[in-house]
Amino acid sequence: MTVTSPAPTLARLGEGAVVELDRVVKEYAGSRALNELSLTIRPGEFIALLGPSGCGKTTALRSLAGLEQIDGGSIRIDGKDVASTPVNKRDIGMVFQQYSLFPHLTVRQNVEFGLEMRRVAGPERRARALEALEMVSLDHLADRYAHQLSGGQQQRVALARALVTRPRVLLLDEPLSALDAKVRVSLREEIRRIQTELGITTLFVTHDQEEALAVADRVAVMRAGEIEQIGSPEELYLTPATPFVADFVGVSNRMLGVKEAGTVIVRGIHLSALDPTAPDGPVLAYVRPEDVELEAASSGAASALSSGGVHGSVVSTSFLGSLRRTSVRLDDDTIVVVQHDVSVVHRPGDSVRLTLRGRPVSVAPAP
Amino acid sequence: MSAVPLTSVSVEPTDSATAPRAPKSGRQPRFGAEPSPTARRIILIIVVGVFIVPLAAMFEFTLRVTGKSTLDFSHYVSIAHPDAATGVDYSPLFQGIANSLTITVLTVAIVLLILLPTMLLVELRYPRMRRLLEFVCILPITIPSIVLVVGFVPVYQTVAAIFGSSPWTLAFAVGIIVLPYAYRPIATNISAFDLVTLSEAARSLGGNWLTVIWRIILPNMRRGIVSAIFLTVAVVLGEYTIASFLSQNTFQTALLLISQTDPYVSTIFALAALIFAFILLVVIGRLGNRSPGAATARRERRAARSAAGSASPTPLTPLTPGETA
Repeated sequence: MTVTSPAPTLARLGEGAVVELDRVVKEYAGSRALNELSLTIRPGEFIALLGPSGCGKTTALRSLAGLEQIDGGSIRIDGKDVASTPVNKRDIGMVFQQYSLFPHLTVRQNVEFGLEMRRVAGPERRARALEALEMVSLDHLADRYAHQLSGGQQQRVALARALVTRPRVLLLDEPLSALDAKVRVSLREEIRRIQTELGITTLFVTHDQEEALAVADRVAVMRAGEIEQIGSPEELYLTPATPFVADFVGVSNRMLGVKEAGTVIVRGIHLSALDPTAPDGPVLAYVRPEDVELEAASSGAASALSSGGVHGSVVSTSFLGSLRRTSVRLDDDTIVVVQHDVSVVHRPGDSVRLTLRGRPVSVAPAP
Repeated sequence: MSAVPLTSVSVEPTDSATAPRAPKSGRQPRFGAEPSPTARRIILIIVVGVFIVPLAAMFEFTLRVTGKSTLDFSHYVSIAHPDAATGVDYSPLFQGIANSLTITVLTVAIVLLILLPTMLLVELRYPRMRRLLEFVCILPITIPSIVLVVGFVPVYQTVAAIFGSSPWTLAFAVGIIVLPYAYRPIATNISAFDLVTLSEAARSLGGNWLTVIWRIILPNMRRGIVSAIFLTVAVVLGEYTIASFLSQNTFQTALLLISQTDPYVSTIFALAALIFAFILLVVIGRLGNRSPGAATARRERRAARSAAGSASPTPLTPLTPGETA
């Protein structure tokens, strides 16, 4: 894909807007979709709202856009409360999950629509629409209609249409979810590139953790209308604040252990707890697959125990391109997923020995 | 069972810059029971015959002269110049046509100004009421006209007290009769595109509700609206029972009256009504099948023509943040 510089009229002029959601409440028929949600997005920052279906992430985005009226709290853009400002006056660009190009207009007319609403003169409007289309490398398709474009192209046009008016905030409501995997990856990189070049404050809603971790400056993990944790992708992955985050972001093995004075003992191995204040007692420790080492068990159980390892037998193994994941069944039927080098191959039924790396783990009270 | 051989499948890039491709060779694969060109011609001839034969017979009948074996246009002439000696008066027929056209216009207005906005409102704001609206709109088709008329009679006592007993008030009753015919094509059109997302996209781009409806929703509903109008016109022009029972003079009631004294003239008007309906169908069909964006393209061509002689283009100045319509 051709990488194009941002158009002159779309070039970065400022540092983006500050967006603040302060104790926002949204209820549907008595149930709270947003439960006093608070979130501050810094100027020019790319935030991903990540969470399972029904956690309220799309509601949060639609509330910010003005497509939903909030029941409490405030929403501020650059310090100005916009909670009562109608959507067409909020100066927000939005790309939707569904293809949203106007089918009776050409690509260029679609992109011009926002400028037309702002009463930009015809010649300038056309020039700016073509510049925006150039930015997404689709200027050569300006005279096509939506039904003549692929899904990826439609979403790129939708992105150009959202950005051509130079909105203060860009909202992306799962714009990649309808696309196939390869297009999804290339388009998310393109979105990130354009966002970085324009410096526009962006809120990106997704349920795809890989997508969120790959593009966002910070990721906010949502659960039941609240933000469970917000932080950089690395923070979320390496130091999840709660078992939910540990479980939702990336893959985790839930292993029974005991917490004693800041230390978690899992299968005789001492690991430090990410949250030392968690109550002592039986716990579930969340161990990442890459924090488990696996090797062939050559000399039986006695040897394994003496070296601090745990015995198990391979259940299945998956080739994932650059790495391999192997599922191992322990003697108590616990399944542990191990991520290891692709060159190491174990077959189902093989006897193996697992050891844990000493990384701190997230814990939850044992059921 | 024999094994199915594995065949390699080439996957086309989904994000290619090309539109859906046309087949390379001239011969396209045929699916199902699609008729051949010859079969299509035969079907067309039969269908045209079914329509043309009765129309031709009607036309031939209007040329007959009582007691003679010759054909002429004397009955057509008599419409413009009635024979005073026979005492036939065609004015109720012309009055009936005028009344029917008035009722048609009012009923179409009811469809466009009440039913259509209601359907849009329900779709955009109250989707839970969709089923209720559908039920209400489809209901009249399940009730015989005669039963409806019995119900309308007391209602029309009130209507007459408020608006008088002018024939145009029949539009209220006919507006109910046409509901199922107008509702269905509009509902089908609405379900054919994502009305909610398109309107939200347009609003997020700065459009107010009026702009969104006029510029985005209605152009995408042209086919459904045109079909609804056509069916409404057809139903109104064919409606007899309500007008007759409510003692109103419309085209259909006048036609029946005239047919009792002058069957030739009534046939002339019946034939004219059929031809009118056919022309209407063609015109409305053409309006509904116009290519997407045609109106916008025309508007742009006009703008380009008017801009051709005007001042130099505006310099490229970026919008200030927060600039809105």
